[in-house]
Amino acid sequence: MAEVHTPHAHDSARLHVTGAAAYIDDLPAPAGLLHLAFGLCARAHARVLAMDLSAVRAAPGVVGVYTAADIPGDNNVGPLRHDEPLLASDEVHFAGQPLFLVAAQSYDSARRAARLAKVDYEDLPAHLTVAQALAAGDHIEPTQRMARGDADAALAASPRRLSGRLEIGGQEHFYLEGQIAQAMPMEDGQTHVWSSTQHPSEVQHLVAHLLGRPSADVTVEARRLGGGFGGKETQATAPAAACALVAMKTGRPARLRYDRDDDMVLTGKRHDFVIRYDVGFDDEGVLIGLKLDLASRCGISMDLSPSINDRAMFHADNAYWLPAVEILSHRLRTNTVSNTAFRGFGGPQGMIAIERIMDDVAAAVGRDPLDVRRANLYAPGRDITPYGMRVADNVAPRIMDELAVSCDYAARRAAVADFNASHRVLKKGIALTPVKFGISFTAQHLNQAGALVLVYADGSIQLNHGGIEMGQGLYTKVAQVVADVFALPLSRIRITATRTDKVPNTSATAASSGSDLNGMAAYYAAMEIRGRMAAWLAAQNGVTAQDVRFTREGVVAGDTTMPFSALARMAYMARVPLWASGFYATPDIHYDRAAHHGRPFYYFAYGAACSEVVIDTLTGEHKVLRTDILHDAGRSLNPAIDLGQVEGGFIQGMGWLTTEELVFHPDGRLLSHAPSTYKIPTAGDRPAHMDIRLWDRGENVEPTIHRSKAVGEPPFMLAISVFSALSEAVMAAAPGVGLPALDAPATPERVLKAIAELKAR
Amino acid sequence: MIRFLLDGQVMKIEAGAQETALHLIRERLGRKGTKEGCGEGDCGACTVLLGEIVGSTVQWRAVNSCILFAPMLDGKALVTVESLGAPDRLCAVQGEMVARHGSQCGFCTPGFIMSLEGRARGGLGTVGRPVADVLSGNLCRCTGYGPILDSAAACPPAPRDDGDVLAGLTGLPRGEGENWHAPRSADELAALLMAYPEARIVAGATDVGLWVTKQLRDLGRVIFIGDVADLRGIGENEAGVTLGAAVRYSESWDVLARLHPDLGELMRRIAGTPVRNAGTIGGNIANGSPIGDMPPALIALGATLTLRRGDMRREMALEDYFLAYGKQDRREGEFVESVFIPRPASDAVIAIIKLSKRFDSDISAVLGAFHLSIEDGMIARARIAFGGMAATPKRAHATEEALIGKAWEEATIEAAIPALSRDYQPLSDVRGSSAYRLAVAGNLLRRLWLAQSGEAVSVLEVGHG
Repeated sequence: MAEVHTPHAHDSARLHVTGAAAYIDDLPAPAGLLHLAFGLCARAHARVLAMDLSAVRAAPGVVGVYTAADIPGDNNVGPLRHDEPLLASDEVHFAGQPLFLVAAQSYDSARRAARLAKVDYEDLPAHLTVAQALAAGDHIEPTQRMARGDADAALAASPRRLSGRLEIGGQEHFYLEGQIAQAMPMEDGQTHVWSSTQHPSEVQHLVAHLLGRPSADVTVEARRLGGGFGGKETQATAPAAACALVAMKTGRPARLRYDRDDDMVLTGKRHDFVIRYDVGFDDEGVLIGLKLDLASRCGISMDLSPSINDRAMFHADNAYWLPAVEILSHRLRTNTVSNTAFRGFGGPQGMIAIERIMDDVAAAVGRDPLDVRRANLYAPGRDITPYGMRVADNVAPRIMDELAVSCDYAARRAAVADFNASHRVLKKGIALTPVKFGISFTAQHLNQAGALVLVYADGSIQLNHGGIEMGQGLYTKVAQVVADVFALPLSRIRITATRTDKVPNTSATAASSGSDLNGMAAYYAAMEIRGRMAAWLAAQNGVTAQDVRFTREGVVAGDTTMPFSALARMAYMARVPLWASGFYATPDIHYDRAAHHGRPFYYFAYGAACSEVVIDTLTGEHKVLRTDILHDAGRSLNPAIDLGQVEGGFIQGMGWLTTEELVFHPDGRLLSHAPSTYKIPTAGDRPAHMDIRLWDRGENVEPTIHRSKAVGEPPFMLAISVFSALSEAVMAAAPGVGLPALDAPATPERVLKAIAELKAR
Repeated sequence: MIRFLLDGQVMKIEAGAQETALHLIRERLGRKGTKEGCGEGDCGACTVLLGEIVGSTVQWRAVNSCILFAPMLDGKALVTVESLGAPDRLCAVQGEMVARHGSQCGFCTPGFIMSLEGRARGGLGTVGRPVADVLSGNLCRCTGYGPILDSAAACPPAPRDDGDVLAGLTGLPRGEGENWHAPRSADELAALLMAYPEARIVAGATDVGLWVTKQLRDLGRVIFIGDVADLRGIGENEAGVTLGAAVRYSESWDVLARLHPDLGELMRRIAGTPVRNAGTIGGNIANGSPIGDMPPALIALGATLTLRRGDMRREMALEDYFLAYGKQDRREGEFVESVFIPRPASDAVIAIIKLSKRFDSDISAVLGAFHLSIEDGMIARARIAFGGMAATPKRAHATEEALIGKAWEEATIEAAIPALSRDYQPLSDVRGSSAYRLAVAGNLLRRLWLAQSGEAVSVLEVGHG
């Protein structure tokens, strides 16, 4: 069996199912381990007049209590801008912001003590919503504009025109393993940190700055995460920094695990958006001009909001040609937790805007929305994105056509109409929507990766790289690449924990880029070693290096075949270096952010989904009955793992658009801060009929690792088909008056509200 | 000291009343495979199996160890994920989960393995149930569930020999602790409550558990009633069903479904399997939560409650038990002994409808329960109760009056709906706005009419085209 393009099990699968896979909270407690808890503020915006921590200090088991004044270096955990303190001091800026840190003998005693502070606040004006921040003019950076042509003139000249508004709620990551870190003080001012992070290098750098030490004094390690989804890209820094601070202060190891409620209150979420559009089109529904206004709630600090909102703009075309377009993007600062990366990274919010527009236009011209979508797809001569990149690999039309046939779209759409004609309470909807998602970090410097491959003299191999394993199977895929280079079974590769003292200056495992970047870096490292081994063996056997072949039967050089392990031993004895680092930087990408023009993406990943739903017009309850998906993972490195990403991404996206509702109290406190009040999909929410396929003709036009495509984020947006189908179903409750103003998440309450609004038109 | 069976060994451990089983498993047994995901019994990462002797066999049930108190392990067999296999020696469900790519990040996986193993052992609340229902108490954020459902399908329930467990459990001496009691009879419980009227009664701990894990409350003295034999009885006859206060949801599922199918469907939708395998209807009533799902349903059916104090018993209509928010008509030293649910007439119009953001394992925004008697085309009697609409589970007296004596027709329903706003002034909260609750309560009355007139009204009963 070849090692790549095969459905190997996740490298830790046997450990997962037996409980033997160790997460940070499962590490044996080192002697003297302290447990930490943050003390959280209760106000959205207030001046701290007095903070009495005497009861906290006196609580059973408490060893130390720390405030901002105890931080020796930079009191900052903000990744881009220095605007997010680990511990607030004079002023608090969102409800749940950490004010102090308790170190205690046990997890329980730390949590109990953290609730005993007496804080006097003087409330200050707070703005919590997009509308309030817009009114106050409070932005984290200037409004960005991406445009082509004269959108106003195009709108004025359009035979048909409509405008609309859509609110899209945020989303909690709900990784099953909450944020956690542990720090161990080492000799001479050094610190070793175990962090459940997608970005160990950033944790390393920010911890070092916070401690007032050089980065070389801090090592960060992560073997596996119990889920990330973007939620551990920047948000993992705070607990790591807290542990490192206490370790330095006390000389004892320290561990901080947020309980679920703290985790949901004090970590950022997906940005919620308010979207407005003004679109001009012809009688066939072909777009002529578009003005799109995207306003997002960024929360209190910058975090990654600039890039996230840029990505929303980049995906406001999805798969469609927008001849004259202006996209404005407002990034609002609010007195709420700072919103952050989440699978899709702004892309889903931009994409759902244009898909709503497609539905709205289709309703206006009275055409099947799929026909309107097809009429607007990128095509030869209509293939430049609003940011000036040519769509050179446009397979969306083929994927949509194939899916429409395989899922029997036309007949089922007719059946839905029949159902709706014969049912008074229940109404169905069906929708087929495409996904085109740009692959690369839009911050160019992040598109690099390093790997380290070590071949030992006995022929066993250790693999290390800068990517993080958070369940997506990255470690497995990269190991497959290395095993393939040496023609060894996957089991011969020992995968090792990601550590900043092995590969430095790594990028976050994010932007779906893990396999593309780290896979290629590991490939280069392995090829380097293989080349040295081949050269040495060729010289020994009197053949050329090209004649040395690594096969499953062993290494062949001329007439001789020897086991890889024997070659490793001989090469070692001959003083051939058997380890190498590999490095990869994505070629051909460039972007002028000031002009919002360039080629920010190396390529696009594509997919399409068709979903059928039914709603109850009396209660707003709904159910996804069937979903068919065709997704392009290029030449998949591991079809089983990629299918898992497609299905998991779709269900997570479905949750975002249906049941997952973040509810804030008018005073700014998050009310939905536990799974009892925040509802991610269960097994029963999975559509009873689900057909998921990887597109068998998929192949990356760019020379990525084995011509595969990134697959982490794109499938998330396949769930937009569910939202469009729900809109169709609501429309059937009061036909003939246009598309309903359904907002997301489409909870039963919102569905009922949309029906009422439609009936009142 | 509590004693429980762990992989064939009798463990003897000192346990306080409010130490969680999860803490004991992870920190004192050192078994780190069992995870904490939420600390409130909603995610299932902490799922373990408990075995106990029922009749002459071992009954297995999956439970949430994060909200189970350590003394509740006493006399039971505990099975953790480590009990089932090792990386080089997988049990059947573990093997299927590997083969079908059922784990991604792996953090929820041990909990799923335990729920799947519970099903494979024919555990409580699993027999004859769809896999998705068995797994409704386990959350996975990575996979989308397909491979897990497939793994379950590949591991059907199979008979097993529990002889060793049976032998190990037989004759285990009863545990005791400084600040807790675990009586075995109602008489013993009655006496304990007379001696310690301030003691906290804990049945399944699916609510009280959160007082400890979330609110960090100290429970003081606790009386665990899960092993009180004469509170665990289920009586069923022509007149109706009697449930002892310590009967678990899963144990009462079938008998309630026979009383009316809507009660069975309600049982399916209440919490997830591990919570249904621990929580009790008696506890759901006794703690008086305004969002408890069973009280409005049982009030509509005319249930009565038996309370006991010492040797004195009194009965009351269930709706009379709920006095105000957080206040019930339970006297010092008194306990809920049983609830009796009369069998409804076969021609009664009954609907029990639970509305929530998510179908499975979600607390209701609104629970509507309707029970009408139609005689000669007229509404002769009406019992309507709602949950989520007031500070207590409450009857809709004004709406009932607007219906009684009227013709059973759509116009009567429409005329009665405005009365709902006299019965209820619901609050807005995380589960729904006041306006939605009131609007949808009226729509449930409409749905009642439409359903009995033959219209399809449930999205759960529709297939795809």
